[in-house]
Amino acid sequence: MASNPDTKIQGGVLGWVDARFPLSQMWNEHLAQYYAPKNFNFWYFFGSLALLVLVIQVVSGIFLTMFYKPDAELAFASVEYIMRDVEWGWLIRYMHSTGASMFFVVVYLHMFRALLYGSYKKPRELIWIFGVLIYLVLMAEAFAGYLLPWGQMSYWGAQVIVNLFQTIPYIGPDLVTWIRGDFLLSDATLNRFFALHVIALPLVLIMLVAAHIIALHEVGSNNPDGINIKDHKDENGIPKDGIPFHPYYSVKDLVGVGVFLMVFAVIMFFFPTGGGLFLKADNMIPADPLVTPDLIPPVWYFTSMYSVLRSVPDPFLGVMAMGAAVVMLFFIPWLDRNPVLSMRYRSFAAKFNLAVFVVAFVILGWLGLQQATSEVSEMSLRFSTVYFAFFFVLWFLSKERSMVFSLIAFAVVVGIYSFYDILRFDPDSAGLLMWSWLIPTVYLFVTMVVPAFARGLGRDRAVPERVTS
Amino acid sequence: MKTLIATTFLAAAALFTVPAASAAGYDGDLEKANIDVTNEASLQRGANLFMNYCMACHSTEYMRYNRVGRDIGLTEQQVEENFIFITDEAGDPVGVGSLMTNAMSEDYGEEAFGVVPPDLTMTTRINGEDWVYTFLKSFYIDESRPLGANNEVFSNVGMPHVLWELQGWQEKVVDEDGNERLELVRSGQMTPSEYDRAVRDIVTYLSYMGEPMQLDRQRIGLYVLIFLGIFTILAYFLKKEYWKDVH
Repeated sequence: MASNPDTKIQGGVLGWVDARFPLSQMWNEHLAQYYAPKNFNFWYFFGSLALLVLVIQVVSGIFLTMFYKPDAELAFASVEYIMRDVEWGWLIRYMHSTGASMFFVVVYLHMFRALLYGSYKKPRELIWIFGVLIYLVLMAEAFAGYLLPWGQMSYWGAQVIVNLFQTIPYIGPDLVTWIRGDFLLSDATLNRFFALHVIALPLVLIMLVAAHIIALHEVGSNNPDGINIKDHKDENGIPKDGIPFHPYYSVKDLVGVGVFLMVFAVIMFFFPTGGGLFLKADNMIPADPLVTPDLIPPVWYFTSMYSVLRSVPDPFLGVMAMGAAVVMLFFIPWLDRNPVLSMRYRSFAAKFNLAVFVVAFVILGWLGLQQATSEVSEMSLRFSTVYFAFFFVLWFLSKERSMVFSLIAFAVVVGIYSFYDILRFDPDSAGLLMWSWLIPTVYLFVTMVVPAFARGLGRDRAVPERVTS
Repeated sequence: MKTLIATTFLAAAALFTVPAASAAGYDGDLEKANIDVTNEASLQRGANLFMNYCMACHSTEYMRYNRVGRDIGLTEQQVEENFIFITDEAGDPVGVGSLMTNAMSEDYGEEAFGVVPPDLTMTTRINGEDWVYTFLKSFYIDESRPLGANNEVFSNVGMPHVLWELQGWQEKVVDEDGNERLELVRSGQMTPSEYDRAVRDIVTYLSYMGEPMQLDRQRIGLYVLIFLGIFTILAYFLKKEYWKDVH
């Protein structure tokens, strides 16, 4: 410690504190002397913004807790009490409901950034793992919170999700009773969801966020070029392409905060229901266990996973597929073995793979909001196939593959779902089945077969020595 | 990329054939309510109609009388004298700060109408303003119903045509093209355009009721956006200043 001139004991209050607590040291390690690559672009705003939304949610949540009543008899009316009688209560409540959706917007964009620039690759595998865990806890947190207003959608949405556990063989029914704390979704469920939402999950979330940031600052930030800036240090051991996080990125993130808060304010003040996406009209009817709504779509941030669930006819397998859709994310660092981190220098096939994955995720999200007609189910199945195929193609594109290997791998993957199509073939829906078969097949053809013939489309480019801009 | 776009379009085209579900199962066209929540006179007329015609059965139990009075420009005395019809246990009118419940018990409501008349605090948020507007204009004579009236938007509704004195009575007729429509067969105290205005006033009031702070939040939102705009501009120049030496 004494060897570092900036952390040596000084006089004054700061010196007194530093002798007892590593305040200056922490400030330097995480902000003033944390060297971040100088070429961060638009996509790098969303990490700090996620932290901002977390703070917004915690603070607005504390105020809501002061007035909310976790009691099946009182919960609904207490939310309206907050909206009408509590001074600025409507602002706090809309802030929290808008914040919930914006949290997912920011987290999805943050995850996309990681996929785009290979931020999950060595040595950042643990950052990615912590990130996926944060995503999981965030989903649980949002789900528990959505029950609390005790409206029709709260109640029936929770009913649908909790009942998913019912499909687990043998222990399912007992497990569901254990989760609910009752034989039906009731006051007992509301109370425990309140406990989970207000203390248990936020605590886990904050600890995971801390782990995420500590792991990041241990290995250093990635950048849009995917180059390790620590490979080029000056005589003082400072990365030549690095700049101190504070003040450079603290002031830059301030601009991001301003723009983001404007978007946030536009939603909160002018479109708080987000056209029914953020706050559903049916949730303004108090929960009624005797009246099932016609359509029980989950909130938008769950709909992609929900589509995966619905695409599988067997309920238990559907739940497994939905779980796998999230669990697969954990394996990304070990599936993608390509040494090039950034999409900037990856092949056309790799770029196409990621683009299709994003489009499939968005389409699955849209499908999850629709009534389950045969078209919707068929499309859900096709795009779920694309979703899972992405992970295979990610591995497949780890290196240049031979012609024979490419064709065999393509035939095997296409063969798997085509075999299932033959099993479920029905002359009445043959048209839909056959043209929708093209969706995953064209995608796999472009990413697996085309590079075998047009080598240029499958070849990654040379990565420069130093960051480009 | 082209494949990608084409695929997306193909998928979208196939999916937009899904019929959209609408409130209370009605899939016909709704008339536009064209309300203006800033119109205080309309709010006052709507409140008056609502308190006199609707509140005997329907509560707005998440809202307080004095808040309504304050928001639509009435004094507490005016609210007490004109709007408060319910009494407390001692038989005295309830205080002006009370929640706007109604005098009808759930049991009585169920016995009289087959279903408890729902609370209407958030009806415009649940069903939409146009739906409420069209609903109130769509009652017609139907002798097969227990209360002699049915509704085009909400078929077999338990509610009678409470506003019949104002609107008169409509009948369902089939014109030469085979289209069903409602025709006024007995006029009421109001002309059709006066009745439209009265219904619009009620919907205006109910829209206010659904979100009483809606004008506040838009007004405040504007100031917040102006502040954030200035903040962002300053932050941008601060960033530019700091980043001058980064090459």
